[in-house]
Amino acid sequence: MIAYILRRCLYAVVILIGVNLVTFLLFFKVNTPDDMARMQLGAKRVTVEAIALWKADRGYDRPLIFNAEAQGVARLTDTLYFTKSLEMFRLEFGRADDGRDIAFEIRSRMWPSLMLAVPVFLLSLLVYISFALLMAFFRATYLDFWGVAICVGMMSVSALFYIIGGQYLVAKIWSLVPISGYAGGVDSVRFLVLPIAVGVIGGIGSGARWYRTIFLEEVGKDYVRTARAKGLGEVAVFYGHVLRNALIPILTGSVVAIPLLFMGSLLTESFFGIPGLGSYTIEAIQAQDFGVVRAMVFIGSVLYMIGLVLTDISYTLVDPRVRFE
Amino acid sequence: MLYSAFSQRPKHLDPAQAYASDEYDFISQIYEPPLQYHYLKRPYTLMPATAAHLPKPQFFDAHDRRLPENASAASVAYSVYELRVREGILYAPHPAFARDPSGKPTYMGLRREDLRDKSRLLDFRKTGTRELTARDYIYQIKRLAHPRVHSPILGHMSEYIIGLKEYSEQLVAEDKKLGAAREPGDASPFLELDQSEISGVTEVDRYTWRIRIKGKYPQFSYWLAMPFFAPVPVEVDRFYSQAGMAEKNITLDWYPVGTGPYMLTENDPNSRMVLERNPNFRGEPYPSEGEATDTANGLLVDAGKLGPFIDKVVYSREKEGIPYWNKFMQGYYDQSGISNDNFDNAVRVAATGDAGLSEVMEARGIRLKTSVATSSYYLAFNWLDNVVGGQGDAAQRERGRKLRQAISIAVDFDELISIFANGRGIPGQGPIPPGIFGFRDGLQGINPVVYEAKGDKVQRRSIDTAKRLLVEAGYPGGRDARTGQPLVLYLDTTAQGPGDKARLDWYRKQFEKINIQLDIRTTDWNRFQEKVRKGNTQMFFLGWNADYPDPENFLFLLYGPNAAVRFDGENKANFQNAEFDRLFEQMKNMDNGPVRQGIIDRMVGILREEAPWVWGFHPKDYGLYHAWLSNVKPNQMARNGLKFYRLDAQAREQMRAQWNRPRVWPLFLVLLLLVLAATPAVRGWRERERRSETVRQPQPDPT
Repeated sequence: MIAYILRRCLYAVVILIGVNLVTFLLFFKVNTPDDMARMQLGAKRVTVEAIALWKADRGYDRPLIFNAEAQGVARLTDTLYFTKSLEMFRLEFGRADDGRDIAFEIRSRMWPSLMLAVPVFLLSLLVYISFALLMAFFRATYLDFWGVAICVGMMSVSALFYIIGGQYLVAKIWSLVPISGYAGGVDSVRFLVLPIAVGVIGGIGSGARWYRTIFLEEVGKDYVRTARAKGLGEVAVFYGHVLRNALIPILTGSVVAIPLLFMGSLLTESFFGIPGLGSYTIEAIQAQDFGVVRAMVFIGSVLYMIGLVLTDISYTLVDPRVRFE
Repeated sequence: MLYSAFSQRPKHLDPAQAYASDEYDFISQIYEPPLQYHYLKRPYTLMPATAAHLPKPQFFDAHDRRLPENASAASVAYSVYELRVREGILYAPHPAFARDPSGKPTYMGLRREDLRDKSRLLDFRKTGTRELTARDYIYQIKRLAHPRVHSPILGHMSEYIIGLKEYSEQLVAEDKKLGAAREPGDASPFLELDQSEISGVTEVDRYTWRIRIKGKYPQFSYWLAMPFFAPVPVEVDRFYSQAGMAEKNITLDWYPVGTGPYMLTENDPNSRMVLERNPNFRGEPYPSEGEATDTANGLLVDAGKLGPFIDKVVYSREKEGIPYWNKFMQGYYDQSGISNDNFDNAVRVAATGDAGLSEVMEARGIRLKTSVATSSYYLAFNWLDNVVGGQGDAAQRERGRKLRQAISIAVDFDELISIFANGRGIPGQGPIPPGIFGFRDGLQGINPVVYEAKGDKVQRRSIDTAKRLLVEAGYPGGRDARTGQPLVLYLDTTAQGPGDKARLDWYRKQFEKINIQLDIRTTDWNRFQEKVRKGNTQMFFLGWNADYPDPENFLFLLYGPNAAVRFDGENKANFQNAEFDRLFEQMKNMDNGPVRQGIIDRMVGILREEAPWVWGFHPKDYGLYHAWLSNVKPNQMARNGLKFYRLDAQAREQMRAQWNRPRVWPLFLVLLLLVLAATPAVRGWRERERRSETVRQPQPDPT
């Protein structure tokens, strides 16, 4: 397994360089360093000298990828790409273009994101799997029919509706929890109850239907028929065999998402005033802040790859036949 | 405690960098420039803040001879502003001022390891204060030239403050030397600003300083009321420049320190920012005079009492309008604006056009305050364009002028304000918005090219007039008379989202009224700016917010030597008119009075006739305030009025409790529904189990 993980890490380095390069090229295709300077200096009374000074101070006065005026290796190293992007591999995120430390910002914003995302993730798994098992258990009955109908109905409604509807009903009309906001420690519970509930309920439709499909596929397999033929009860068949064998596709979708949980949720965090990482990247793109964009894309890529490796490892835990070869 | 909200995180809190209104909302309560605007008086009037009195500029010729007050601008080589700060003004408590018993600064000379247990400013337990001096103001002017601060007004101020440009170049060279000597991984070394002086800025004594300005620039007094000229003590700058501070975001840009009524005690711009009363603030008397209506509006009840009246202000970040609005309606925010979505719920517009509150709002005791923003939004024609511009021979210029006038009539901004802004704005009659000297109200102020007076009423000129102008321009029926080709014009815009479609369609319809085809070219903000800078546009929308309440700040947007393409200036339309430029140079240095008004009238007359802009509109700001918040008067030029707000916290608590009684019964209802929904499932489950059991029972052998 160790050899496998090492091999995946080596692949990861190559992928990360590629992702970094694509991000860099896409970003500078849309924004030039002059545009970035104008964005930072404001729209009023900006002079050419001020732009030149800003670029020199922030290191954006170098050529993008190839420095024709330099000699030797410096032709590649004395470039914007090398100085700005490759330092990511030393986990040096540097400063945002407004001067603030990116690592500090990520550290302080990841906890509120996790406070929201982890409970939503765990509760969602529990609720969706339970609901899906029920539907599969009562397959081809009116309970299954109405379960699917409710799921389709819930899938058809925009996530925004759950958020605004939840806020209106629970927080405004019933006054049970605050509409939005966040506090640290135990106090956070009253602010998080509603976004967590909305996050779980909003995904029931698609989540439960997806798991139901997985369970129904398993239910039709030979080993289930054999188990029933041997006289096992339905509950024992479902919990002892079907659920266990359905874990591989469930893990495929779930474990890969675990490391990404800390990246936050754009919509939920925005509406509920949770100071997480959900909007950090989008705000940076709007502000043309390359420092933050490259850091968040890098972290996102790393986490995604970690998620994939964790998924592979989790397969061996639920299915002993899986081998790393 | 006052509760408010902000939607955009402020980018900068450093007074040398901040230039946006959402940044001024915070730093205007913390920093005190020497001057400020009177809270109640309109038109906007300057008064001393920390200064002992308003500075009166002294004028000198090239031989340093003193000139009289009414000296012509041409004869003035430089002006001297002498400012004296009042004695005894103290800074808010800050660790940079803390000293040990021997008198040495407690937190100077720190190493990275000394900061291990410190992640915010509050972690520095010891604080101190000191008296405000002239030196602090001089230091801040030097900071405008700091090569790592990037003050947006450096370029502009370098044109006026004598020696600032040279000082700035000197700092750039010095900073390069420091950078070259810096080891990789080391923090940026402190750039010593006091090694040399700006020749035009001198310290007279502990409380007095002088600023020398090139020529005559009366608008400089307004700049002295902006945070760019607020004091920054050198020891604070040194404190924040120590190694390891920036990595923890402990910077002047994050933790401002000033002499103002409030200090920032919590700064999490993603979640909330908290201002608390500065215990060292001297107190400022509430104004005892204002506009005629202020007494009737209860704005002079606290006259003479020392503010601030509120101890703490909590700003929470609300990125979305819906939760912000709902929380305001619940009483959890004390004030709010009105979004387009909520306008119909909040405001009732009478047949006369007057805005009032809806019944729901009135029932809650909410009050509405409106004010016209000192801003202008306009549709500009590129003067360098062959079709809509003002270049070429006399005939071509005339064709362009008639075409622009026809479009000015066709594009109905009254309608745009009504459809897209819920009536919140007034149509522009020229570049100068209401509230700024030079603006003329009523019949006197209408643009005769677009409007005509019928008795005492004003109405827009007919589309037939526009079509006639189009014929005179050589485009009968919207076709070029020479080629027979339809006239297609191009509008560059950054609007491209689905929400903008209605507005873009509306623009097309306006041009269709006179049979002109409009081709809208949408682009991103960067490319849009580039096109405007390079003159690769035909028409585009832009806006301008006043820096200060002087007509110069709007008329300079059409001054020839400010043209964007040739001079990289703010005259984005590249308008060029020799007579206008001559009058501008004459007007810009004059004191307000009938002579200046006369010149402005002539300038505005030229602009209306030439029509380099379609005079868009001036937006109206609508603010809602709960009954428990008083002493609020919107001020478009200054945002430091928080010190005069008064709050009845007890009334707020009562209303909150009344409006937000929790209802628990729906939870039980939901629970009951879940139980009912689960019942068939449980019954079904049992039934199946029972059947399975039956199947598993050993069956009797039939043999």
